[in-house]
This record gives sequence, structure tokens and C-alpha cells, in this order.
Amino acid sequence: MILCSPGDTSAFTSVEGRILQVQKNYFQNREFSFTLKDDIYVRYQSFSTQTELEKEMQKMNPYKIDIGAIYSHRPNQHNTVKSGTFQALEKELVFDIDMTDYDDVRSCCSAADICCKCWTLMTIAIHILDRALREDFGFQHLLWVYSGRRGVHCWVCDEAARKLSVAARSAVAEYLSLVKGGEETLKKVVLTDPIHPFIRESLAVVERYFPRYALQEQDILGRKESVDKVLALMPEDVRKELQQDFQNEKKPENRWKLVKEQANRKQGTAKRGQYFEKEIMLQYCYPRLDVNVSKGVNHLLKSPFSVHPKTGRISVPMDLKELETFDPFAVPTISQICEELDRPRTEEEKSEDTKEKENEKDAAERRKIRDYKRTSLAKYVKYFDQFLEKMARSWKGELLKKSDLQKDF
Amino acid sequence: MQFSSRRKKYNTNSQTELYLHPLQFYGQPPLENISLSEFEAFAVDRLKLLKTIENLGVSYVKLSEQYTKKLESESKALNFLYRPDDDRKSSGPTEYEKRRKDHISHFILRLAYCQTEDLRRWFIQQEVDLFRYRFNELHPKQKLEFLHRNNLQYDTVSLSSFKYFESLFYALDLVRTRKVYLKAGYVFIPHQDIVTIVLNDFRTRLSKALALTARSLPAVHSDERLQPLLNHLSHAYVGQDYSIQKNVGKISLEQIDSLSGKSFPLCMRQLHQSLRENHHLRHGGRMQYGLFLKGIGLSLEQALQFWRSEFIRGKVDADKFDKAYAYSIRHMFGKEGKRTDYTPYSCMKVILSNPPSQGDHHGCPFRHSEPELLKQKLQFYKVSPSGISQILELVKGMHYQLACQKYFELTHNMEDASFSLNHPNQYFIESQKVLGGGKDLKREMDIPQRSQENSATRGPSAAPEAAANASQELAEVTEELDSFFQDA
Repeated sequence: MILCSPGDTSAFTSVEGRILQVQKNYFQNREFSFTLKDDIYVRYQSFSTQTELEKEMQKMNPYKIDIGAIYSHRPNQHNTVKSGTFQALEKELVFDIDMTDYDDVRSCCSAADICCKCWTLMTIAIHILDRALREDFGFQHLLWVYSGRRGVHCWVCDEAARKLSVAARSAVAEYLSLVKGGEETLKKVVLTDPIHPFIRESLAVVERYFPRYALQEQDILGRKESVDKVLALMPEDVRKELQQDFQNEKKPENRWKLVKEQANRKQGTAKRGQYFEKEIMLQYCYPRLDVNVSKGVNHLLKSPFSVHPKTGRISVPMDLKELETFDPFAVPTISQICEELDRPRTEEEKSEDTKEKENEKDAAERRKIRDYKRTSLAKYVKYFDQFLEKMARSWKGELLKKSDLQKDF
Repeated sequence: MQFSSRRKKYNTNSQTELYLHPLQFYGQPPLENISLSEFEAFAVDRLKLLKTIENLGVSYVKLSEQYTKKLESESKALNFLYRPDDDRKSSGPTEYEKRRKDHISHFILRLAYCQTEDLRRWFIQQEVDLFRYRFNELHPKQKLEFLHRNNLQYDTVSLSSFKYFESLFYALDLVRTRKVYLKAGYVFIPHQDIVTIVLNDFRTRLSKALALTARSLPAVHSDERLQPLLNHLSHAYVGQDYSIQKNVGKISLEQIDSLSGKSFPLCMRQLHQSLRENHHLRHGGRMQYGLFLKGIGLSLEQALQFWRSEFIRGKVDADKFDKAYAYSIRHMFGKEGKRTDYTPYSCMKVILSNPPSQGDHHGCPFRHSEPELLKQKLQFYKVSPSGISQILELVKGMHYQLACQKYFELTHNMEDASFSLNHPNQYFIESQKVLGGGKDLKREMDIPQRSQENSATRGPSAAPEAAANASQELAEVTEELDSFFQDA
């Protein structure tokens, strides 16, 4: 566990206490990128050991640290490699959900702002995508990380995921995409018969949150401009009728009931536009992911546990068991961590230190490593450790399987 | 002696056997001698067929009735196999001859189209579309037989299941469009969707084969008879790519606003307007519009000035622009990174790749805009109501390029545009021609065509002279090719 000196606002907190050697040179061939002061962007950084990474971070004080792919050669030597042979071999499958992509459907905030009302969108996104990635695709090692400001990232670390090609990543991302269209498109979700099981599952999640999130908090059927926007997504005949009905019914929950009644009627009769109420729910709530982030095998993504330069918040991994109560505004900031570190050590902590007098140098190292436990980062690090352990176990399991197979011969 | 002749017989027999079937994976190259004239004729015919496929693919939904009808008549006209008749009937000479031609012409075009990434991509795309059409025309029994004969391990029961990651590549398209059921990484595919898997299989094999072919190119190119023809074949498909700018610096930045209204296609006009209004464009828009501007003649310095002055009016300060955005503009002009001089996007590329999402303004408005919004936009740009409905009709029929052409005709007050629109920069040049700035541009437009061909013939200039006999035939063939592609 490394922490930079207090007062350093560009600190990066890393938890690679144990580097999992999945294969030779895995770590050495991993690309890192640093964004330095004055927006200087440095790519193709790579390191031989954890210590080297630590030293470089302390020396350069990067504002942002991104993690890229595992390459065929050490990234920092890529210029010496014969052209064409330096290539990205594997990388975690990643997803980036950014709140600005929902600006057309949230009224509480816009652009870089978020609040507890629109944060629900992230909760919904995580539920839907996590389920799909696990149940539909069979992935097991998913790490969800708060980006530090206005979104979340998902790192899919299964070996099979790391080895996916660009085409495969793009197929997975598009399978998961339902909201399509830019500024010029009004209706961004269109459903056709039959509705794929994946969409049904996603709708089930959305329906759980829709009444509180959309009808109450975002009040989409309350204010006139919002109501008009929602009505614009419906077939013309339904829209006309509802415009009439809404004259007499002002309560959003009841208005939505009327919408559903219209939808039921439509489903029985017409072929076109029969799923409009589902389409509306999805357009307002379904996860919007940037396919381009997920497609690239060499795409770089912000490292977990780095500090967001604009907010100071740490990009912490999220324990999905506590997803409903996750509060982005309660995530520790770097100043907070520094303060916590500066606090005088308790008697208990001091006594633990004296126990390890044998090797001065080792003790200092170990104290440094234990320091995070005195901060609010403790629980996030613990969760991350559990995640890594699970991966290690499954990897060891694979190795055993492979060696067993070999013994059979 | 005896041994080798026996071997020869065996090969011819297996090839004869191959031609008994209407469809093949082109796994084995043809093993026979043919004349140069047959070599040329076969190649040219197949190229015409592939070009037809490309055009039909843009104007019609693939495998729709109109599409298949037109493709069938073209195949017939070019003497390629067009009907998967009963195998017994088809071993007669005509069907056999057609299949032989199909076999040989495919391999000849491989030679011509294996050299660059772009050529390979184009060739593979058209061959896959051709294969899809032919596979679709087979009777179900023939389809099964094809699968078995080519050792494709597909279960022929109504639902097949594959371990996702092992057959991942083949199932990708079906996953992407949610046409299959996924559970724990297993893909369940309905029988009728097997064709997608077969197509992907075909695509992979062809892609690998082309890579291998490219390696043996030097040997082929050393044959002076073949080199000129192969070079000409590979340039026939691409036409103008507007990467060679003869008008660099002829456009001044002050002209752009007025040009955007007069001579820009709708997509670029829209991007320009967005840029002026928001003082910003996202990456997709910057690429599409930036490369277009490069194509109409903006120099790197002008481009930097243009984007900088606009972005500064927005939320970006000069410093940030120089750090973050200037790099990507220089990149566009081939001055950074791997120094590829990117070519402006063709209509095909704009329509088919990178659809716009929330916050984007790129893409093709005829393809990507909601019809209602498109209508409003056209009204705003003062297109007549009858013109607008004509355009919307074309959009409904998915004829996006024709819709844009109609927009051209309406905004230039013309009955008939007299060109076939396939590139935004082409739109610009044609517009300038009509508006009178034309003479200089026209001359310069002819030069790129020729200089492209010249720069590609990397061989010694002695080559055409040496192949004296062939060159006359070649000249005729190439003239014919040129005129064919001009009309298309």
C-alpha cells in the first residue's frame, strides 16, 4: 500500500500489495499512462517492479493515472521494437457510464454535476449490466469502480474477457446497448417483437426504480416541458388522448397509470409502437455506455484508487452488496485521507509498532503499508483484496486443472 | 514420369469434382493453364459483378426481392453461375464453365486486392455479400450438404449451442444484434441463423488467405504481363478518394460560412452550423468535418486557425486547445503518430460506420436524423415543400445518397445532377462546378485520377513497353473498365 506524502494533491493510492503473476512479464508489459501538470500526457509507461512504479509516481506526481493493455513487449521500449510486432495482447473488458450522457433525460443536474436524485441512474446501470455480464455472458470477476466525479467504470477481469478481440468487445457492448441516437433523434429506444430475454430482465430492474426515480424525483410527468417530452415519445393517437386526460389528472403516479392503460390497449391491437411505455422507461433509465471505450483492446482507463483531479475524490471500488446505500458524496477525498493519516497514532497502533522492532527498514515498510487501515480507505481496500483473492483462487484452480490434464498423459 | 502424370490427373479430377457443387469456400486455388485474355476477361467480369454488389448494397436492403432480382440478372449477364440447379443437371458444360470462371476469377482478384488494408476490406466485404446471396439461394438440402462437405461442425438440430468463447468469432453478429439467447456464456442459435456463422467463417478464411497471398505478391509482380493488369484492377474500385488535394490554400477561411450554405452537402452544413453555434464538436464530428475540410483544400495551418478560433469562443482556452485539440488536427493531416494521411470519409463510410449518439452531430442526416427533424432542417434551409417530400420518400426507401443528390438538385436549381453521389467532397466539387468556379477545379479533378494510377505502378516504367503485345489488349480492357465505372 503506497501513499504519497501528505499535502500532495496529486497522490495516487495503490493497493498492489501482491502482484499476481498470471504469466511471465505480465506486470512488466502493462501500459500505464500519466497525465502530468499542464495537461502533459505521457503514454507507454511501464515498470519492472512495484517499487519502480511507486518511485516514478512520487517523482512525476501525475494528476491522472490510466491503465492500458498488456503488450507483446515492454511498452516503454515500444520504439525499439520492429514496427508491426508491438501489439496489445490482452486487456480487461471495460465499461464507462458517464452521467453527462443522460443530460437529455435528467432535470436535476446537467454536465458534470450529479446529485443523489440522478445517482439512481448509476445504481440502475450497475444492476442491469452486472446481471447481464454474469448471467448472460458468464463472467465472474467484475470490479465496479466509482470514477470520482460523475460516473462508474466496470472492469471485467476474467481471463476470457481479457483475451477478447475488438470485434468481440464491440459485440458485447452492442448487445448491452439499447439507447441509440444523437441530438437529432427523439425516440432513442425502439423495441420489436419478440422482446429478447435480456431486455425483459433489464426492464424488470428499471420498473423497480421507475416510480420513485422518474415519477417522483425527476417529476417527468409533472412539469409541462417534461410531460411534453414524454408524450413526444408516444404514438400520435395515444398522445392526443393522454393530452386530454392530463387536463383532469395532475398526479404523476396516476398519469403514469393512464399511460400504462393506453399501452395495454395498444398491445392487444396494433403492431406498431405497441411497447411505447417500455420504450419510455428505458429511454429515461436504461444504462448509456460508450461503445468506443469498451471496443478498444488498447484503450486506457482511469486506474482504480486514483484521485480525481477536479473533485479530489478517490476512485474507489464499489461493493455491490451496499449498492443501494452508496453515496458518491461520502467517498473519501485525498485531503480527508491526508488528515486521517496525520492524526496521532492511538496507543494500540503504537504498541503494534514496537512489536516489530527486529528489522527497522521492514517495520517502516510494513507501517507504511498498514497506514491505510487508519483511513476511510480501509473498507474499500478490504473489498478490493477480497476481489483479488477470488481471482487468485480461480486462477490457481485453472492451473490445477491444467496440470491435472497434463498428468493424464 | 508416370508418377507425375498420375498426380496431375488426380488434381484435375478433384477440381472437376469441385465444380459439381454450386457454392464453394475457395479453399483450393485453380490448377490449370489459361490464356492471358481469359485471365483478363474473367477478372474484369468478376470485378463488374462485385461493383454491382457494392452499388446494390447501398440502394437496396440486402437479400430483398429487388436486390436479388437485380443481382441475378447481372450474374446472368456476366455469365457467372446464378442458379443453384440440381447437381445432376448442372454437370453439363455450361454450368461447369460458369463455376470454373467463378473459381478462377476469385483467385485472380485475390492477387489484385490483397495488397493494402483498404483493398482487402473492400474485396472481403463484396465477396461476403456475394456468398450470402448465393448461400441464400441454395435449397435447404443443398445448404446442409454444403455444411457437411466443408466439415463445418454445426449441429443440424433446430437449436445449436456453442461454448461462447470458442465459437465467439462466428456468433458475434448474432450476439451484437441480440438474435440469440445467451446463458452463462453459451450461445443458443436458431437453425435459420446458421448462415451468419457460415458467413463469418467465410470471412475469416478469406481474410487469412489474403494475408498469405500478399506475401507471395512480389513473385507475381515480377511477371510483366500481369503487373499492369493487376494494378489497374485494384484501382478500379476506389475511384477518387480526395486525398490528393490540388486546391490546397485556394479556400480562405472567410469563405467557409458562405460555402457551407452553397456547396456543402447537408451533413457538413449541419456540422458547420453546430460548430458555429456550440463552438465545439465532439470527436466524431471533428473527424468527419475536419477531413472534409482537408479534402476541399484547407491547409494544416488554416485548419488549426479555423478550429482554434471557434473553440476559443466556447469553453476552451487557447492553451487547452493547443494541448488537447491541436494534436488531433495535426494527426488528421498525417503529422503525428503513425503519420497516416487520413482520407476524407466517403458517403458509404459516413452512413455505415460510427452512428452518432447523444451530443453528436456527425453522420448522414438522411440516415441518422429523425424524419421530422430532417424535414424541419430542410424547411429552415428553404427547400421547397415538394422537394422535401421527394427527399423524405427517398429516405424512407433507404436511398440516402439519392436523397442527398436530390438535395443537391434542389439547392442548385437543377433537374438532374448528372453524377452519382458517393462522397461529400465530390458533392463540393460538383457544386463548385455548377456555381461557376468550375473550370480550374475540373482540370485538377482529372489529374488526381491519373496521378493515382501512376504512383501505384511502382514497377519500372519499362514494364508496359516490354509487354508490347498484351498492352494493346490491356488498353482496350482498361478503357472498357473506365467507362463502366464512369457510368456507375
